[in-house]
Amino acid sequence: MSENAARIRAVLKDHARLNRDAETLDDDSDLYQAGMTSHASVNVMLALEGEFDIEFPDHMLKRSVFESVGAIAAAIGELTEGR
Amino acid sequence: MTATAYDPIAFHDGLVRHGLIVPAGVDGIFGRGAVFEDVLARFDKLILGIAEKDDAQVLLFPPTIDRSIIEKTHYMDSFPHLVGAVYSFFGKELGARQLSEQINAGEAWGEHLAMTHVCLNPAACYPVYPTFAGTVPEQGRLVTLFAWVFRHEPSIEPTRMQAFRIREYVRCGTPEQVVEWRNMWLQRGVELLQSLGLPARSDVAADPFFGKGGKMLATSQLEQELKFEVLVPVISEQNPTATCSFNYHQDKFGEAFGIKTPDGQTAHTACLGFGLERVTMALFQTHGFDPAAWPAPVRQLLWA
Ligand SMILES: [Zn+2]
Repeated sequence: MSENAARIRAVLKDHARLNRDAETLDDDSDLYQAGMTSHASVNVMLALEGEFDIEFPDHMLKRSVFESVGAIAAAIGELTEGR
Repeated sequence: MTATAYDPIAFHDGLVRHGLIVPAGVDGIFGRGAVFEDVLARFDKLILGIAEKDDAQVLLFPPTIDRSIIEKTHYMDSFPHLVGAVYSFFGKELGARQLSEQINAGEAWGEHLAMTHVCLNPAACYPVYPTFAGTVPEQGRLVTLFAWVFRHEPSIEPTRMQAFRIREYVRCGTPEQVVEWRNMWLQRGVELLQSLGLPARSDVAADPFFGKGGKMLATSQLEQELKFEVLVPVISEQNPTATCSFNYHQDKFGEAFGIKTPDGQTAHTACLGFGLERVTMALFQTHGFDPAAWPAPVRQLLWA
């Protein structure tokens, strides 16, 4: 989990265009509050798919799934379960 | 009784049969007859009438816009499938001859063209935002535009056009000013269409964003209630047609074009646009193809 969180923070650093350092984010910090726009969240979603070799199904393509490091980690955990 | 069944082809054929529209070769492109144009112009006048006391600044732009507006607003991130970029011929004598030969031989000829600095305008309000650059006054800005817009979505369904007209209002100012104005108009828009005997209702909506990322953008737009539409059944009862659309852009255009409120914050914007052809079609579908036979209250409003 914590290894995933580090990889998620690296993706956020490159794609989320946050107004603060992704390393300083708590797991439950609101990424939209931290400056991530809707368009940036699309880039984050696509970059996570590449990084973790996953595909987000339609029902996960919503704001709440990408609103924090913790929420993203939970979604990725669900998609990689049993790997 | 509506003019035809709620069916795209039946309604299209009815419009053609009554000379209201004239097919022009390509799906989503057609001519408009005199009666159609009369109703459309009268409806536009009605909107201007109810908004008169708002004292909007009047602006008119051609249907072509500076390509850099498309680029700065990231239009292609969201709607690459709808764009109409204008290409032209920049070559010399030899190239021109090859171009003619290929066309006359019925071959593809796009390779001889290159991009110009203009695009067909995809949304009535786009050309206005660069004019807001700088600090807007305390009371914000309010502009009305009449525009032909282009979207590359050919369809035989008459309410889905490639080129159509919008009566647009654009508000710019603080988030509070903009949202209050949008909410005021949402009610006004529904009431205006209902006063014309149209079974109008409003609902949250999403833009037709491209691709997988687009699904996420659409969901996000719905969740944040950034877009509303006023819907009227025209070709389907289950899927009523959007006749008026309200968009709250938050600080998107303020950021893109450096628009500030007097307190130094990035300005917010919102717009609303009546699809003039769509409202006109809704009137014909609801009241019949002959305006002389429309209900008296409707005639009174439009022919007052
Ligand atoms: Zn607009």
